[in-house]
Amino acid sequence: MAEPSYPDDLLYHAEHDWARLEDGEATLGITWYAQDALGEVVFFEPPAVGMTLTQDEPYAEVESVKAVSDVVAPLSGEIIAVNDALAEDPTAINEDPYGAGWLVKVRLRNPAETASLLDAEAYAATLAG
Amino acid sequence: MSPRRTSLYDRHVAAGAKLVEFAGWELPVQYAGVREEHMAVREACGIFDVSHMGEIETSGPGALALLQRLLSGDVAAIGVGGAQYSVLCREDGGVLDDLFTYRLADERYLTVTNAANHERDLDWFRACARSLQADGDAAARVDVEDRIEDYAMLAVQGPRARAIVQALSDRALPARMTTATLRLTGAAQEVLVCGTGYTGEDGVELLLAPADAPALWDELVARGATPAGLAARDTLRLEAGFHLYGNDLSTERGPIEAGLGWCCKEDTGFIGADVVRAVRATGPSERLVAFAIDGPGIARQGNAIAGGGVVTSGTLSPCLGVGIGLAYVPAARAALRTPLEIDVRGRAREARVVRKPFVAKAA
Repeated sequence: MAEPSYPDDLLYHAEHDWARLEDGEATLGITWYAQDALGEVVFFEPPAVGMTLTQDEPYAEVESVKAVSDVVAPLSGEIIAVNDALAEDPTAINEDPYGAGWLVKVRLRNPAETASLLDAEAYAATLAG
Repeated sequence: MSPRRTSLYDRHVAAGAKLVEFAGWELPVQYAGVREEHMAVREACGIFDVSHMGEIETSGPGALALLQRLLSGDVAAIGVGGAQYSVLCREDGGVLDDLFTYRLADERYLTVTNAANHERDLDWFRACARSLQADGDAAARVDVEDRIEDYAMLAVQGPRARAIVQALSDRALPARMTTATLRLTGAAQEVLVCGTGYTGEDGVELLLAPADAPALWDELVARGATPAGLAARDTLRLEAGFHLYGNDLSTERGPIEAGLGWCCKEDTGFIGADVVRAVRATGPSERLVAFAIDGPGIARQGNAIAGGGVVTSGTLSPCLGVGIGLAYVPAARAALRTPLEIDVRGRAREARVVRKPFVAKAA
């Protein structure tokens, strides 16, 4: 995805992760800013279904040619689905970070945590600084 | 202190390069993308700005004696217009740098240094020159000059590289491992053309006046050379099995361990030769090997190997689609096909020792 994009219907974590809320569940991924900073993603091994995520803590790694980056959990929960397609072709994370590049789906443990996340405008403002 | 810029900085910015600080210089790490740049070199032609590299000119009647003392190779074997790859060692055999040296004239040599080591190498050359002159007779005059400010350097690499550069000259380009000073369309002054490279593909490296580099860059890009950055340079050299100083080479180990015994001629009496000779005779306790991972995972510098050893370079090979790298292992585990278990951030990844190069030259 060539141009910066921060969809309005998502919530954002300062460590460059997004969450799409759906009835007590959330789909998670990394933002346009994160994939741009990383460069081409060459490797992503999805974590296991059933794993527990804790807000603000890393739960997976995304690798580019030169570097490995932690992916931070924007919300706490239990993984109910992972994007296995990324194991074959991780470039969806660059090309469509909010769509085909989704990383995991979780059942939220503490929905009140969403209050600590940023909306698109507030997140984009953190990048401008 | 802010980083230095090469004379091509504006070209890199205009081409949309992502810039990074490396060895005190601001350089392009990528333009269109690492994979795209890597494949451009493997399939057609890429162009790299490597002007950050250093140059040391050694000249005078004492030049040969000084270089014999410093460089691991037999410098007397370099004819005028020749080139030689060698290492620079400390007295204890530890590697200070890996270098290319070109013989420009009877008593004039140009040595290209790694950017991060240039100042240290220059001090080393000068200190050695002083100590030789203290010992020897007054006739063996030698001048060691820092030429880093006088040269920009472009690497043009890939199966189409020679053809693209040849079109700029009405004289034949020098063959592999030789050099020639030629007029090239696009460069106001003559260019030192070297049949060398760091990608495993055919091609040349061009040393020229910094002021002439932008116009020559434009000419080569217009003729089909794809700008390529440091990230692609690393994936290419690793696929070719070439060493990178600071990863695979350091003062902690000698050339025999690194698999560079072939460029050491101990009988020329270079600094460190005695230690190198002894290690060659008894066999080194560790060896640098090439490995490929079986399955997913990418090993990185510093990853430990079960049973002993450490990864010094690692990446995902764009051509092969698997993790590859170089590692020092105990000598007994250096044989081809030896299985290795690499600790990649807490996960055990299975790998095996393979032959270099990982990817053979296209043409």
